[in-house]
Amino acid sequence: MTLSMLTPAFTVGRNEERCIRCGVCVNQCINEVHHLDEDGFMWVTDKNCVGCHRCAVLCPTQALAITEFPLAFRPNNYWSSASLREIYAQAETGGVLLTGMGNPRPYRSYFDHLLLNASQVTNPSIDPLREPMELTTYLGNQAAMLGEREKPLLKLEVPVMFSAMSYGAVSLNVQKSLARAAREMATFWNTGEGGLHSDLKEYADSTIVQVASGRFGVTPDYLNNAAAVEIKIGQGAKPGIGGHLPAEKVSADVAKTRMIPAWSDAISPAPHHDIYSIEDLAQLIETLKVATNYQKPVSVKVAAVHNISAIASGMVRAGADIVAIDGFRGATGAAPMRIRDNIGIPIEMAIAQVDQRLRDEGIRQSVSLVAAGGIRNSADVVKILALGADAVYIGTAALIALGCHLCQTCFTGRCNWGIATTDRQLSKRLNPEIGAIRAINLLKAWEHEIKEMMGGMGINAVDSLRGNRLMLKGIGLEQHELELLGVTAAGD
Amino acid sequence: MLKLEGDIRIPSGCAIAAVMNRSAERFDGHTIIASIATMHKRSNGLGGGFAAYGIYPEYRDYYALHVFYDDDGARQMCERYLQHHFRIKDREPVPVRRTRKITDAPLIWRYFAVPREDRLYREQLGEEDFVARVMMTINSDLRGAFVASSGKDMAAFKGVGYPEDIGEFFRLEEYQAYLWTAHGRFPTNTPGWWGGAHPFTLLNWSVVHNGEISSYSTNRRYLEMYGYKISLQTDTEVIAYAFDFLMRQQGLSLEDTIDVIAAPFWSNLEQEKQAHLRRKYAGLLLNGPFSIIVATNNGLMAVNDRIKLRPLVAATRDEFLYVASEESAIRAVAPVLDRVWSPGGGEPIIGLLYNKKGLLEASPVGLQTDAQSA
Amino acid sequence: MKVQNNSEYCLGCGLCQVYCAAAHDGYNGNVIKAFKKGTPQARAGLIKKNHESWINTCRHCQDAPCINACITGALQKDEKGTVFIDSQRCVGCFTCVMVCPFGHIQPSRDSSRAIKCDLCRGLSGTPACVAFCPNGALRLAEEVDRP
Repeated sequence: MTLSMLTPAFTVGRNEERCIRCGVCVNQCINEVHHLDEDGFMWVTDKNCVGCHRCAVLCPTQALAITEFPLAFRPNNYWSSASLREIYAQAETGGVLLTGMGNPRPYRSYFDHLLLNASQVTNPSIDPLREPMELTTYLGNQAAMLGEREKPLLKLEVPVMFSAMSYGAVSLNVQKSLARAAREMATFWNTGEGGLHSDLKEYADSTIVQVASGRFGVTPDYLNNAAAVEIKIGQGAKPGIGGHLPAEKVSADVAKTRMIPAWSDAISPAPHHDIYSIEDLAQLIETLKVATNYQKPVSVKVAAVHNISAIASGMVRAGADIVAIDGFRGATGAAPMRIRDNIGIPIEMAIAQVDQRLRDEGIRQSVSLVAAGGIRNSADVVKILALGADAVYIGTAALIALGCHLCQTCFTGRCNWGIATTDRQLSKRLNPEIGAIRAINLLKAWEHEIKEMMGGMGINAVDSLRGNRLMLKGIGLEQHELELLGVTAAGD
Repeated sequence: MLKLEGDIRIPSGCAIAAVMNRSAERFDGHTIIASIATMHKRSNGLGGGFAAYGIYPEYRDYYALHVFYDDDGARQMCERYLQHHFRIKDREPVPVRRTRKITDAPLIWRYFAVPREDRLYREQLGEEDFVARVMMTINSDLRGAFVASSGKDMAAFKGVGYPEDIGEFFRLEEYQAYLWTAHGRFPTNTPGWWGGAHPFTLLNWSVVHNGEISSYSTNRRYLEMYGYKISLQTDTEVIAYAFDFLMRQQGLSLEDTIDVIAAPFWSNLEQEKQAHLRRKYAGLLLNGPFSIIVATNNGLMAVNDRIKLRPLVAATRDEFLYVASEESAIRAVAPVLDRVWSPGGGEPIIGLLYNKKGLLEASPVGLQTDAQSA
Repeated sequence: MKVQNNSEYCLGCGLCQVYCAAAHDGYNGNVIKAFKKGTPQARAGLIKKNHESWINTCRHCQDAPCINACITGALQKDEKGTVFIDSQRCVGCFTCVMVCPFGHIQPSRDSSRAIKCDLCRGLSGTPACVAFCPNGALRLAEEVDRP
């Protein structure tokens, strides 16, 4: 094969009146888009550009503009340019299309079709600057009667946690940033299934450790260096398939943390090979509880799939203290594009259905629901809590706070922002002191906004927002969608 | 067409009042009518009502069922249903006075009844659960019938109109009770439905309430988990059920119940038990402005939301305890008082008959302090 | 005070030099003007070796050899302890260049005078290299080194 039909996705424009030939773009682009030759000419290789904006953001004179490569296919409402490009790529490689981050397709976002309520006249709105406004949230099994011993619980001062992102998929500096932010904000970060690096043990009280199908890094020490243990069954970006950390990302340090040979592929099987059914899950949950002396809540994370209500109900009955549901917008470091873009259901629907189902079955008190996958801002948080979640996990939003520009090429390991990489030089680009401050700022900003929205509703404790679907109205939704969400239409 | 209460949710402002004699000496309805009438401007003529305790001593062992009917057909249907579940000792229309101010009154009947043993056995329910279940079913499923009250030796008298006119309509001056509560309603929109007026009752519980709880949907969905059928979409209904659930079903003391519905802020929690209560019953925190008076045969409890967003005043004079939205409503019927005070947010006023230990006899003790506070 | 370097987070991007250059010689921080109209010269040197990089800048030594060696009194220390060159007095003998134990001081491009880090004392606020380091690898530290 000689000729590639793949034209560049982006083109890099350089304003010559501004460019000072400082060479920052050259030294910052790991994809070698920019080249400064000995004669002072700047050359650009558009086809290498992934649209991550590293060069444009660091350019001291704003001389760079990155735009879509202006090559129009004849307009076709069915065969989009993306469809064609994907076929060209597969015709060249014969491979599965790989991608990163979450489902970008224009499916309906229910968050964008829900509106929040506020108090007017008949009850007063509450000003969070003047009155207490409580976001304290406890996660876990709260079925114990008064006088009985309570089950272990997680206490969050803001109902937003950082999603599982493993060392290997992301750099250690990402985990350091999030762990510090979680400790500072009294919430939790999640190791993902890559083990717990020794540098992060000091954050044990703010850590949720994950046990996934690869069992990477799982030891008694690992389980007990945490506030909670999470069994990962699936994730929203790739329900039904396992994980694959390519050998190039398995550095010596990653290998040590995962307890696998360096520079070898780290493969997580699609299922846990000791969980082929719900009763097997019950056994693993019990095993982990025994291993942690019943001192830590056990969470089970699943992707939001079609029969999520029944699955969630089974998980609660199997002993899960926390059920984390990852919607179809959930992100990943690497997934086959067809799977990421076509499998699962929206988190809004999943939470609405699961919350109601668990209530109908009388087991809602035995579990906390954590919503993950596509929470973009504080309004999304408020809406999903009102639909019935107890807290949320944010992954993509947290990475964006650290600098991610959603170029969706995490799987290459060549992340210009030092996020989805284990390369030592690239990892340096994320200073965890700065990363922690940015993640803390994000949570603080959301915390303020959540309080403002709650105050507007006349609510001063997040307890009263949870499941408060009267605070939501649907806009532009069909009747059956409203019913599934358990809300009424705006104006109704 | 305007929708009925229950079809939609109607926020409303209000006036509330209560008078009780702690020695259980009975007095007629003049006092409570005079008290609530003082706060005429706090209601708008679209709802008024009273609860009276101690009015049917001769039927002390029977559930006094006060039922509204849209028409005679509804009455016949409901009576068939009642007979299926109850042994009815006596039945009669509730005596009313024709007055120009009250129009469109439903048919109002009362029944003195006890559950049929065979039904109790078959349903495998305690007597109170059984009665509560039947009443909830009538209110949610039987069209044109609405149970206004179903307790023993007590009743709710309520309807569409100013409370003083409702009192006149129901001839309350002819009843003797040791505890009266009253309510004048200011709904923001409603065609006026008699069932929607306060007090709201369940068994011996009655609740009059001023405010709009912003946590309504959270509270409602919590109670629905435990089989409560919420038919009215009013905050008051939810509050009544919350008390029933916490005190009768969960066996909490009144103090613990108040630590749930008007929970202290996390930063002010003093005991681990309060934290457990807050965590476990987080869905029953009543959030948003309210003042309520909850009454049972043993006495009453009045409380504000935890940041006191509604007025509430209490006073004592000899054996009498007075509670009202405004002090004027108390001074109007008792110009000279021993003590007048305005309780803080989440700080309950508990008034019990002298020989009672709790609002529910079965409640765990720990309420001795109440005697002093009232 | 001096600019301290944390090579753990130095990316070697060179922005410190760009902004340093623009902050001096009368460009007042205007990068485009400095590079398009003038011949900007960074005071701080960026050193790259084996994928590691760090900035070589003045330690503002307590007992500074450059001040002791200066034949015209052009090298001075201000009240904050910042070692700077009074370019009016500098005659370009470059004795300072030779005595600086860190190799920081350099001749200007036209060899008419010596130039060095002055912690951007002509501009208000933090030194430009610190303010514009994209990764927090540079900070203004209180302590000073002894030569």
